[in-house]
Amino acid sequence: MIIDINFIGLIIASIMASAVPLILASCGELITERSGVLNLGVEGMMIIGAISGFALMTVTGSLIIAIFGAMLAGVLISTIFAFLTQTLITNHVATGLALTIFGIGISAMIGKNFVGIPGKEFPVLFEGLKDIIPLLGPILFGHSIVFYFAFALPFITSYFLKKTKIGLIVRAVGDSPESASNQGINVRLVRYACILYGGAMSGLAGAYLSMIYTPQWIENMTGGRGWIALALVVFSTWNPIKILIGAMIFGGLTIIQFHMQAIGVRIPVQFLTALPYIVTIIVLVVISRDSRKIRLSTPSSLGKSFHKDN
Amino acid sequence: MHKFLIRSFVSSLVLLFTLTVAAVAKDVKAAFVYIGPTGDHGWTYQHDVGRKAVEAAGFKTTYVEGVPESADAERVLRQLANSGHDVIFTTSFGYMNPTNKVAKEFPNVKFEHATGYKREHPNVSTYAARFYEGRTILGTIAGTMTKSNVIGYVASFPIPEVIRGINSFTLAAQKVNPNIKTKIVWAFTWYDPGKEAEAAKALIDQGADVIAQHTDSTAIVQMAEKAGVYAFGQASDMDKFAPKAVLTSVENNWGPYYVDRVKAVANGTWSQKDTWHGIGDGMVVISDLDSQMPADLRSKVKKLQADLASGKVHSFTGPIYDQKGNLMVAEGKTADDGMLAGMMTYVKGVEGDIPK
Repeated sequence: MIIDINFIGLIIASIMASAVPLILASCGELITERSGVLNLGVEGMMIIGAISGFALMTVTGSLIIAIFGAMLAGVLISTIFAFLTQTLITNHVATGLALTIFGIGISAMIGKNFVGIPGKEFPVLFEGLKDIIPLLGPILFGHSIVFYFAFALPFITSYFLKKTKIGLIVRAVGDSPESASNQGINVRLVRYACILYGGAMSGLAGAYLSMIYTPQWIENMTGGRGWIALALVVFSTWNPIKILIGAMIFGGLTIIQFHMQAIGVRIPVQFLTALPYIVTIIVLVVISRDSRKIRLSTPSSLGKSFHKDN
Repeated sequence: MHKFLIRSFVSSLVLLFTLTVAAVAKDVKAAFVYIGPTGDHGWTYQHDVGRKAVEAAGFKTTYVEGVPESADAERVLRQLANSGHDVIFTTSFGYMNPTNKVAKEFPNVKFEHATGYKREHPNVSTYAARFYEGRTILGTIAGTMTKSNVIGYVASFPIPEVIRGINSFTLAAQKVNPNIKTKIVWAFTWYDPGKEAEAAKALIDQGADVIAQHTDSTAIVQMAEKAGVYAFGQASDMDKFAPKAVLTSVENNWGPYYVDRVKAVANGTWSQKDTWHGIGDGMVVISDLDSQMPADLRSKVKKLQADLASGKVHSFTGPIYDQKGNLMVAEGKTADDGMLAGMMTYVKGVEGDIPK
């Protein structure tokens, strides 16, 4: 088969498009986890974002309202989690799992009236520049605004955590809430904010799926991507740039295995379908094997509740 | 004493009244067991459309969604049989053994199992649709409409139902265009819009200009619309999702069968049956043909549809060879139902191997 340079560009562009929801949800969850909170409800928040975005788009007709509405829905559902874990000091793992089950159930209920309705076309930017430059054209141009935001997000997140004062506070709260509290930081407030931010990003990831990637609503349409996003956070050892790499490998192998099937490569299909999971884990484990660095970026009090007696 | 008499009189009146009402309102109640959510807009959704037709015909129905094909299914079936349902439709292949097991315990309840072949007790019927007839039509259209001679096919799982569809599609496409190549990609899912879209995109990037699917979501036709290639709707009419891409759809139409069978229960005429209906009986419906197709193709398809319905044309008419060139169906013969039901080999012209 002929390897044509534009063909490679097209493949890379579709890999990037499939990585978008993973990057968004992972970067959101990363901030939540860096503040010391383990929220296993990513899948639930994503699916809520997906139905909210789709429903608002259908009802109001406005894409802007739908996108922000989906983020707001993610914030609202994560508020439940924040209230339970931070105010009522419930167990993070159990509450997060409950959030996922709740999200899948309630999205199915709201979604009953939205099954079988076609979505709207989402505007793309720089469409005209796509064919001017070979290879890079289809990679860089002709995508939605959410796509560009997703690829900027890991760098913004990295800068935020390393270089800003608020980023430092978030890390302090995640590493040692007691010391942070002694320094006069309101641990509960910081954690609330980080949980809500994570909810907003998961909501956006869901809206990307239901409004841009495959514009439609069907039950369970996130298909476990929330769990993959969660795994990416851990395997990238809480490093946003490695999340980007992991999401690209995962998306890339999913798409390349379809191409290999279509070309007729004689490798068992079951092995090809398992490949994204295996290789992503191996690569992330290999690039993150420096234990000193892992210790530095792991939030030491991840998943531990913080009580302050006052 | 007289107070007691009055009380017992009143209560016996009430009891009598209730009993009379119960006897008059002894409607037939039908239950449906679904493998997926009714919101999948695919397999389960179409069964639920059928259930609504039963409801519209004046019968009471209930349904249980997302029932796993395990011991859970038995529990759900027993529960439904115990709570006064007269006929229970189990709408997934994997309910075959639970259905037969529970049917033995409830000889007065009728059981209808979709896509299975076991009828161990007189109160169990089976039914399925000849979707491959619809795929003969899709193959004819695809073979005529392709310009690149590469046709993409997104498949779900390697089971006879899917293999039969691929074969029937390819045979029909080759008949009108011997140069075509069918590229098959296995998504290993019945519905995951993201994955299905990615599979379709890979096929399109590799030059396929017509995409067929045996997965349930509308993501594939939407991807085809975006890329400017043709596609076919699955299970329901998907034209509104991709008006330019969708040439036609093969619809699953269970309603008439369901209404028939529930009426038979109500009239006391229900008996055990094995039903395998196709285009002729209206269980497989071909949606409107898109006007982008040339007029002569449209009339050819209409004729083919009529011939499939009347039985004049069979999707698997010999000579048919497998990939190695062994004769599967001799010239002038057609494949019998036994062969169709267990079909696990590709016909000549399909590329690649069936995943094991």
